[in-house]
Order: sequence, then structure tokens, then C-alpha cells
Amino acid sequence: MTINQHRLLGLLATGLFLLLLLSMFTGSQTLPLYQALSESLAGSDSIPAIILTEVRLPRSLIALFAGATLGLCGAVMQSLLRNPLASPGLVGSASGAVLGAVVALYFGLAGHWPGTLPLSGILGSLGATLLAYLLAGRNGGTLSLILAGVAINAFALALVSLLLNLAPSPYAVQEIALWMLGSLANSSLQDLWILLPGTLLGWLLLMRLGQALDLLSLGEETSQSMGVDLPRLRRRVFLAVALAVGSAVSVTGAIGFIGLVVPHLLRPLTGHRPSRLLAASALGGAILLLAADIVVRLLPAQTEIKVGVLTSLIGAPFFLYLIIQHRRSHA
Amino acid sequence: MTLIAGEGLSLNLGGQRILDQVDIRLEPGEMLGLIGPNGAGKSSLLKLLTGLHHAERGTLRITGRAGSDLTREQRSRRIAWLGQQREVHWPLSVETLIELGRAPHLGPWEQPSAEDREIIERVIEQTDLRSLRRRPFNTLSGGEQARVLLARALATEPQILLADEPIAALDIAHQLDMLTLLSRYCREGRGVILVLHDLPLAAHFCDRLQLLHQGRTLAVGSAGAVLSAQHLKTAYQVIPTSAYTSETFAIPWQRINHPG
Repeated sequence: MTINQHRLLGLLATGLFLLLLLSMFTGSQTLPLYQALSESLAGSDSIPAIILTEVRLPRSLIALFAGATLGLCGAVMQSLLRNPLASPGLVGSASGAVLGAVVALYFGLAGHWPGTLPLSGILGSLGATLLAYLLAGRNGGTLSLILAGVAINAFALALVSLLLNLAPSPYAVQEIALWMLGSLANSSLQDLWILLPGTLLGWLLLMRLGQALDLLSLGEETSQSMGVDLPRLRRRVFLAVALAVGSAVSVTGAIGFIGLVVPHLLRPLTGHRPSRLLAASALGGAILLLAADIVVRLLPAQTEIKVGVLTSLIGAPFFLYLIIQHRRSHA
Repeated sequence: MTLIAGEGLSLNLGGQRILDQVDIRLEPGEMLGLIGPNGAGKSSLLKLLTGLHHAERGTLRITGRAGSDLTREQRSRRIAWLGQQREVHWPLSVETLIELGRAPHLGPWEQPSAEDREIIERVIEQTDLRSLRRRPFNTLSGGEQARVLLARALATEPQILLADEPIAALDIAHQLDMLTLLSRYCREGRGVILVLHDLPLAAHFCDRLQLLHQGRTLAVGSAGAVLSAQHLKTAYQVIPTSAYTSETFAIPWQRINHPG
């Protein structure tokens, strides 16, 4: 099943490019793409040009970056914890980001400056991940990391529920609840600028970790005997995931299952080798989220289905399937 | 140059004294057998030499340099450690696993060079893994898995190889093959330390034995001297039967064909 690494990445990149192109055509308005492109290049602010550069392009690029982050971080977390059921949000990054964003919504901070919400989300992600890291202990094993993550996630979501409970008006409840479903609609260029720094910084931190993650498949002690600085590796992954996933979730809301499913689908094609899985999963995650968002745009519905709802609808049964597979192979 | 020179090594883990003033030496070309009852500190001593544990007291020199002066990377190029557990977390292929043995010599981005490839091929030949090279690790038998993990360690081309019970769970033929491979590895000026429970095999294959008991060295030297009735009684609480003479460390069988 293993295929050549360059060919795999080439295929995925081509697929992603075609989807990106397709996403430019997809939306409630039929867009004369050539006209829109030439007009926007000419600096005109005609309606087609505005739809292209300020509606569709940001939305698709956010799907691309957020999807890639989820795929990449899912692959990294699964490799770090050597557990195929780990997700990028396992150590608290996603729920921390949700809590941060909900705090901003609850206190109406987003009204002053739209960047407040995502920034508060990123802070929440960093805080929750740091807490999970400290809770697990510097030399804590994989199990204590997972348990710390579970505890932090539960607590963050409990605080979110508390805020929903205390929300002053039904409108506030609705605003928070809808945001939490995860959506790329109404994404603006500004969202993209807010998303990018944390995302790119996180990716940069993860780029050189392939070899260490490969060695980690030989077990923690063997990898350390082969030169891996395990505590440093963990710190780096936690920081990177907190930054990248925090940025993605803060802009898009919680979009589930992409980080879990994508590494799974691609792992057999990469010879199960963590270092080869990273780039492939990033491309795969971008493809999956962009495709899901295109589907959402095409579904004929009075209210647009949120993309987070769609990925969960597809992802949850897939997760069950994985558990059954896992049980069979360990029976 | 002495490969390993440790003096007065002491180690505490979880408030418990594991090693107490242990001296250990390894010369080039030597195979040293670490023996002793369960819990004597053999595995901990190997981990200490690898750098997985840190001694509270004592001095340790590795290939002439103070252990604490070596960086993690330098140490991982000089010493390969084979733990007791045969854990591999993903169904990686035999070839990939052996290739990982070159990682201590490669930068994080670096792909194996032609020279690395040559070493990998040579190790595959030495360990007789050619027919298994594309197989996923989890589909191999216990003996094959042990051989693959040894090949991974050999691919690092370390001056020092530390193996913790490398022949546990192997049948008698594979035990002989594994020990033959290891003693051959020593001949090129390298050194091997093995933890063994099979005393006749240890006596037969190792140049010297070191008997640990309750974290201390009870005896060190030739098999005849170390495996005395008195030492066996102190360390293992066993007494020799009428079949025991100091010449009974012979192995009552041999391999028809050694691999390679």
C-alpha cells in the first residue's frame, strides 16, 4: 500500500489545488470568475471582484490553513502519544480556544474590535495546554498526559456551559452556541490575518520533528537512547499545537474529527512512518475541510449547515468504525 | 582505549538504592556478561551507562571521555541500547526500522546517504533479514523481531552495544545465533555488555562475567571464578547438584549452520 512519498504529496497537492479552484466557483452567487479576477487585479471594486477577494478567497484559504493545521496536529499528536485515537485537541488546545472565544463573546469584547475573539481564543488554547502540561508533570508518561488532557477538556467545557447558563439574553446564548458549531461562513480577510501568525509559527515548530517522532515509535526509552530529548519534544509539540490549533479553532469554531480521521486514512500510504505522515496529513486535512465546506455551500438548505456539524456527522461514525477495527486487531 | 570505565557508580530510584558503588569496565573486543538474580540492578546499570539514568555518585568515562561531557547525540552514536521490551508502535517495515538505526548519525532533515545505505544493506545481510525486509514488524515471530531490533542497533555502528536479555524468549537455536552475532560484533574492536539469565550460555560466550547482587558487585572475572558454589548460593540461593563441576558450562548442542 505504501506509495512513493513524492508522488503521494504531489497527488495531494494537485487535489488541493483543484479543490481550491472549484471553491472559487462555489457559492450562493454564480460568479463570472474570469471577469471577477481581471476586475480585482485591475483594482476595481465591482461586486464580482469583491465577492472573489473578500468573500470566497478568504473563506477558502481559511479552510485550507485550518484544515491543514488539524490534519498536521492530529498526525503529530497520534505519533507523540503513539495512539491512533489521539486528536489535536486532546491536550486542551481546542476546548481552551473555545472557552477563550466564548469568554470574549459573553463579555461582549468582540464588539470593540473583531480581533478580540480569536485572540482570546488563542490565549485560552495556550493557557489550557500549559495547564495540561503542568498537570501531567515534566516527566509524566503518555497516560498521565492523556488523563491531564481529558481533565482540562472537561473543565474548560464545564466553564463554557456555565457561561451559557449565565448568559444575559437568549440572543447571547444563540450567538455563542452558533459560534461553537464551527463555521467558515462570514470569514473575512481580517480573520485570515489573525489566523496566519499562530498557524505558521506552530507549523514551523513542528517541521523538524519528523525524525524524533519516527524514533519514538521504538518506545520512549529507546528513542531517548538514540538521542531524542523527550521532555523538549513534548514541550515543543504542546506549544506548536496550542498555537496552531488555537488559531484555527478561534477563527472557525470547533471543527471535529478532521485531525483524527485524516492521519488514519493516510497512514497506510506512508508506510506508517510518522515523519512521512506529517506533510501528507497537512495536505489531507486541507483537502477534507475545503471539500466539506464546498459541500456545505452546495447543500440546498434554508439555513446553511455549519461545516463543523457536517464533519462531525461524517466523523463520528468513522470514529466508531475505527474503534471496532482497533478492537478486532487487538482481540 | 577503554570503552567504558565506571567507578563507584551509585543510583537511587524512587527513594530506593538500586546500585551501590558499582565498578564496571569494558575493553575493546570484549563481551562482558552481566548476571545476577532479578532485581540485582543489571538493567538499571545498563540504563545508567546508556544515559537513561543518572548516577548520584561515581565517575563514568565512555571511550575516554567523561560521560557527562558527551552530548545526547554523541552518546547515541557511541552506545546502542537494546531494552528488554520489543516495542514498536506502528507496523513499520523491517527495512524502515533498520534505517532508523542510522538516525543518530543524521540531521533532522537528512536522508540516508549512499554510505548509510551500504551499512544498512550490510546489516541486513549479517542478520539474515533479506527475505523479511519488506515485512511489517508486527507480523514477525518473536525470534525475527529480536533479530530486527538487534539489526537496528547494529546499524548505528556503535562502539559499545548494551543488550538487556537479548535471548529471552528465543529458542535454543536462535539463542546461539544471536550470541554468535554479538560475539562476532565484538571482534572489530567494539565492546558488548549483555544481561543474561542463562549462566551456561553466559559462561560460554562472554569473555568475563560480572555478578551483581542487591546492587553491588559480588564477583567479576572469568566464568570459573564467578560461578563458584559460594557465589551461586549468596546470589541465587541455589546450591550445586552432583552434576556441577566448574567444567559444566559447556553447551550440550551446537548450531548445524550459523547464519551468514
